[in-house]
Amino acid sequence: MTTVLTEAGADVTPAAAASQRRRRRAPGWLAVLPLLVFVAIAFGVPALAMLNGAFTVKDQTTGATSYTTANLTDSLQGAYFTALIGSVKLSAVSAGIATVLGLPLAQAVVTSRFRALREAVLTASGVLANFGGVPLAFAFVATLGNAGVLTEHLGLKDKGWNLYSFWGLVIVYLYFLIPLMVLTITPALDGLRSQWREAAQNNGATGIQYWRYIALPVLTPSLLGGLVLLFGSAFAAYATAAAMVGSAVPLVTLQIADAISGNVLVGQENVALALSLDMVLIAGLVMAVYLPLQRRSARWLEA
Amino acid sequence: MAGSLNNPARVLKPARGANKSVRVRPWRGVVLVCAGLYFLVPLAASVVFTVDVPNQGITFDAYRQIVSADGFGSSLLLSLELAAATIAVVLLLMVPAMVALRLGAPKLRPVVEVICSLPLVVPPIAFVAGIATVLKWGPEHLSRTPLFETFVALQNPDFPVVLVLAYVVMALPFVYRALDAGLRAVDVRTLVEAARSCGANWPQALVRVVLPNLRGALLNASFLTLALVLGEFTVAQLLGFQPFAVWIYSVGGSQAQLSVAVSVLSLLVTWALLLSLAGLGGRSRSASASRG
Repeated sequence: MTTVLTEAGADVTPAAAASQRRRRRAPGWLAVLPLLVFVAIAFGVPALAMLNGAFTVKDQTTGATSYTTANLTDSLQGAYFTALIGSVKLSAVSAGIATVLGLPLAQAVVTSRFRALREAVLTASGVLANFGGVPLAFAFVATLGNAGVLTEHLGLKDKGWNLYSFWGLVIVYLYFLIPLMVLTITPALDGLRSQWREAAQNNGATGIQYWRYIALPVLTPSLLGGLVLLFGSAFAAYATAAAMVGSAVPLVTLQIADAISGNVLVGQENVALALSLDMVLIAGLVMAVYLPLQRRSARWLEA
Repeated sequence: MAGSLNNPARVLKPARGANKSVRVRPWRGVVLVCAGLYFLVPLAASVVFTVDVPNQGITFDAYRQIVSADGFGSSLLLSLELAAATIAVVLLLMVPAMVALRLGAPKLRPVVEVICSLPLVVPPIAFVAGIATVLKWGPEHLSRTPLFETFVALQNPDFPVVLVLAYVVMALPFVYRALDAGLRAVDVRTLVEAARSCGANWPQALVRVVLPNLRGALLNASFLTLALVLGEFTVAQLLGFQPFAVWIYSVGGSQAQLSVAVSVLSLLVTWALLLSLAGLGGRSRSASASRG
C-alpha cells in the first residue's frame, strides 16, 4: 500500500508540468488509487481482524488476551476436522462432475446454429450460476425432499433416496456448478478456430482425433481453471447447505456459522476465526493453482 | 429474447462457430434435452408443489399469501436498494481503474488482478467472520470516539452500508473478469488516441468513446452483481439484517408451501430483471449498429 501511495504522489507533482507522455500516465495511478483504498478498508481490515483473532484467546476471568495457536489446533481436531474434510470431499466430487457435464453442454450451445438458443442458455447460466442459496435449497426440497413431488410420484423413498445426504447435496450443487462451468468454458470454446478443425480434417483426422489431439489440449488450462473455480465456489457455499441439511452433513461453513452465532464452548469463541483461516488457506491453494492456468488459457485464446 | 427475434439484422447474422454445411449432430440434441430436464424439472416440480396441496386440490393460496406476508415488500426493496448501490460503487471504482490499467499503468495490472481475486480466496463466511469481529470493536473500544458514530451508521438496519461494502468486495472478481474480457476485445489505446487527436478531452474520450464500446461488459458486470446481491444470504444473515434471501429462509421454517412459492417467484423476479436488462442492452446495441 505505502509504496503505491508514495509512487502515485511522486508521479502526480511533476506530471502537471511534464511532457505529453508524462501527463498521460498521471491519471493511470490516480484512477487505480480509489480501488486500492477501498479494498484496503472494506477487505483488508476484516481480513486482518480475522487473522489476529485466529491467533488470540481471551481469558474469561481477567479479560486479558494472549497470542496462541490453540484455536488453530482446535480447528483441526474432532468435529471441526471432520467438517473440513467433508467440505473438501463434497466440493471436489461436485466440481469434478460439473466439469465433465458442463463441457458437452457448452459445446452444444457454442456450435448451435440458433443464436437465440445460445443467448438464452448463457443468460440462463448467468442466473442459475448465482441461483445458489436458499431458493435453490427450497426448490430441491419441494422436488426431491421427503415430501417432494418427484419423491412421492416415483416412490424414491422406498428405494432408499435421501436428499439430506452427501449425494443429495452433490445433486443440488450441480444445479449452480454446471452453469458456472458453461459460463467459464464458453469463451475458450469460442476461441477454438474453425480453421483448426478444418486443417485437422484436411489432414484426415477424425472427430475423435481432433478432440483428443487438438481441442482438448488447447482447452486443458481452461478446463482445469474452471474445475478449480468450481471447487472454490462449492467449498464456499453456505446458504444452500444451511437451508437444506441443517447439520446432517458436516460442513465447515455450517460449523463457522454455528460458532459465529455463539454456539461454542467457553474459551473457543475464536475457533470460528481459526476455521475461517483454514478455509482461506485451502481457497488460497486453489487460487494458486487457478491463476497460472487462467493465464495459460488466456495466452492461447489471445493468440 | 423477443427483441432479438423481431430484429432481422440479428437473426441473419450467422452464429459464431456455426458450420456452413448443415450436419445433423444427434449428440447435441441429447445433451440439450438432458440439461433441459435437469434444470427445468426442479422448477416445474416446485410449481406443482406449491399449487397441488395435499387434501386441498389445486389452489393458488401460497402465491396469494406472499404479497400480504410480513416483511415481503420491505425485504425485497432493501435487496434492490443494496443492489443498486453496489453496482454503482463497484462500477465507479472498477471502470476508471481498468481503463487506466490498459492505458497508462500496466505495471499495476498484476496488483489489481491479485486484489480483485483476493475475495475468491476468502469465502463469504470467512469474510463475514472478520466483519463481525471488526463490528464488535465499535462498542468495545471506540465508544467514546467519533468513529463510533460511523460504526452505528454502517449498521443502520434501514440501509446497512456495511452490506454494500461487503457486496462490493464480493463482486470485485466477477466485475474484473467481465470488464477485462470487454477491454480485451477493444483497442482502448488506439480509441483514446484517436479521440484525443480529434480534440476530445479526457472525460469525453472516456464517456463517449470507451464506455460505449464497453457496453456489453458493463451490462455483464451489472448482471452478475445484481444476481449476487439479490441472492446473497450468508453475510446478511450472520450480521443480522433481513434482505430478501434471509426473509425467504425465515419464512421457510413455518410454511413450506409459501417458502417454495417465494423461491419460485424470486427466481422469476431475478430472471425478469436480468432479461429486461439484456433486452435493453440488445436494443441499444442494434440501435447503434443501424446508426453506424
